Amino acid sequence: MLTEITLGQYYPGESVVHHLDPRTKILGVLFYMVMVFLANSPLSYGLLIAFLIAATALAKLPPGLLLKSIKPLWIIILLTLVLHFFTDPGEVLWHWKVFTITKEGIIMGIKMSLRLVLLLLVSSLMTFTTSPIVLTDGIESLLRPFKRVGVPAHELAMMMTIALRFIPTLLEETDRIMKAQMSRGADFSSGNIVQRAKNLLPILIPLFISSFRRADELALAMEARCYHGGEGRTRMHELVYQKRDGAAAFILVLLFAVLVFLRWGMPA
Amino acid sequence: MSIEVDHISYTYMAHTSLENKALEDVSFRVDKGEFVALIGHTGSGKSTLAEHLNGLLHPDEGCVRVDGVDLKGKDRAAKEARGKVGMVFQYPEHQLFAETIYEDIAFGPRNQGKSPEEVDAAVRSAMAFVDLDYDVFASRSPFQLSGGQMRRVAIAGVVAMEPDYLIMDEPSAGLDPVSRDNIFSQLMKIFHKRQMGVILITHSMEEAAQYADRLLVMSGGKLHLDGPARDIFTHDRETLEKLSMDVPESVKLADELRQQGLSLKGTPLTEAELIRAIERAKGWKAC
Repeated sequence: MLTEITLGQYYPGESVVHHLDPRTKILGVLFYMVMVFLANSPLSYGLLIAFLIAATALAKLPPGLLLKSIKPLWIIILLTLVLHFFTDPGEVLWHWKVFTITKEGIIMGIKMSLRLVLLLLVSSLMTFTTSPIVLTDGIESLLRPFKRVGVPAHELAMMMTIALRFIPTLLEETDRIMKAQMSRGADFSSGNIVQRAKNLLPILIPLFISSFRRADELALAMEARCYHGGEGRTRMHELVYQKRDGAAAFILVLLFAVLVFLRWGMPA
Repeated sequence: MSIEVDHISYTYMAHTSLENKALEDVSFRVDKGEFVALIGHTGSGKSTLAEHLNGLLHPDEGCVRVDGVDLKGKDRAAKEARGKVGMVFQYPEHQLFAETIYEDIAFGPRNQGKSPEEVDAAVRSAMAFVDLDYDVFASRSPFQLSGGQMRRVAIAGVVAMEPDYLIMDEPSAGLDPVSRDNIFSQLMKIFHKRQMGVILITHSMEEAAQYADRLLVMSGGKLHLDGPARDIFTHDRETLEKLSMDVPESVKLADELRQQGLSLKGTPLTEAELIRAIERAKGWKAC
């Protein structure tokens, strides 16, 4: 049942992309997103797509796995496409009753949905190749400079790590409670919305109680092992930039330079 | 009147990399009025098997019949058959949710569509079975109770549904010895009064030997032994050893006494039986 849901998209592997420093990947993804909005010609989009394909190949991800990440948002992408088709003003290509398709609309629609797809794919590429724990390590390390202005970097990262760690546990717990209440004749699939929401109480209440209990126990266990926050805490795996991180940064900067040139440097 | 398990197999997450064969060609039957213990190590498939017995899981192959009705069906008869099997999960107190103990125990009977009077009668008798005073406890919150009491409330919630068969998954886990004895003496009381079929899932050989008439021994998703407790602990000790399972302490102690030269007879399944056997061997009179 619920335990069969796989959470987090991490796809374990031993590729160069997997071994990149999480900070490189996070910053790289942000940088790539900036570039997606910088691109304005078919050639620059082609370069961005080529980069993504190359990175996916380097990560040795099965083809199609990445494309699956579009699935939850395909309606929004389709809507973007269709809305632009029919609403943008410009040179009319096709007209029927109130529906008008313009050349500009088609171009704009394709451009916008392509941007969405690229944003989605590049962030999926990161989550596919970086385990959630490593990712939070990276976020913590990137947020550390902001500590001076009051961003609790370590605490945020610790909260994320704990939350991620307990998702499978809670799912298992939900599954067990559901089964127990079902064997007492609880019915979760009939009745109107109010009735159904009410029927969920026998699951939600025990789940809340056990979450509080777990939180309590965990806090106690952490305290017993002398956890006192991030101050002066060392880690087992220190994040260190490697040569490959430099190479990745170099490629991204190069791509950026080419895109800037394509946008502003080309004689009109 | 029986639960029949007919050559069932079950695989978790079939056709994925995490495929896990939990049950493999398991067959047995439990009659009404029988007290059976299902024993095996963690991960031997006993909890998975239990979830098949009241239709929470359906086997990939084979079928489970309760009083002759296949649980897989979607019709009324199948639903009714599933309702005949009560299931007490591990740590059942973690499923308590209602504001009062009365409401929590009444949850099951109400879902069965009983009238308010019938629900009331069912709650009262279930509370009596688990030794919870109705006047004292009915209107209290279940979350104010001790662990042992909470577990009794949870068990009462299943007993109140008046099942013909009762499955209990390690009802004594995490309880102190006194609470454990209480739970079992209450369980035996219900068992004798209602003549249910009881399946006790446990990994304590002492519990199995003391309470069950028959043992089902599971390992690696397969049913390895099925027979009266005394026979298994007398004749199948090699098989048990191969499955790295123990025999009750009293049997072990009897063995050692025999090695020391005491001519003990039989296989004492409980402490009391062992004491009697020693008395007989020594020619002491019971006092």
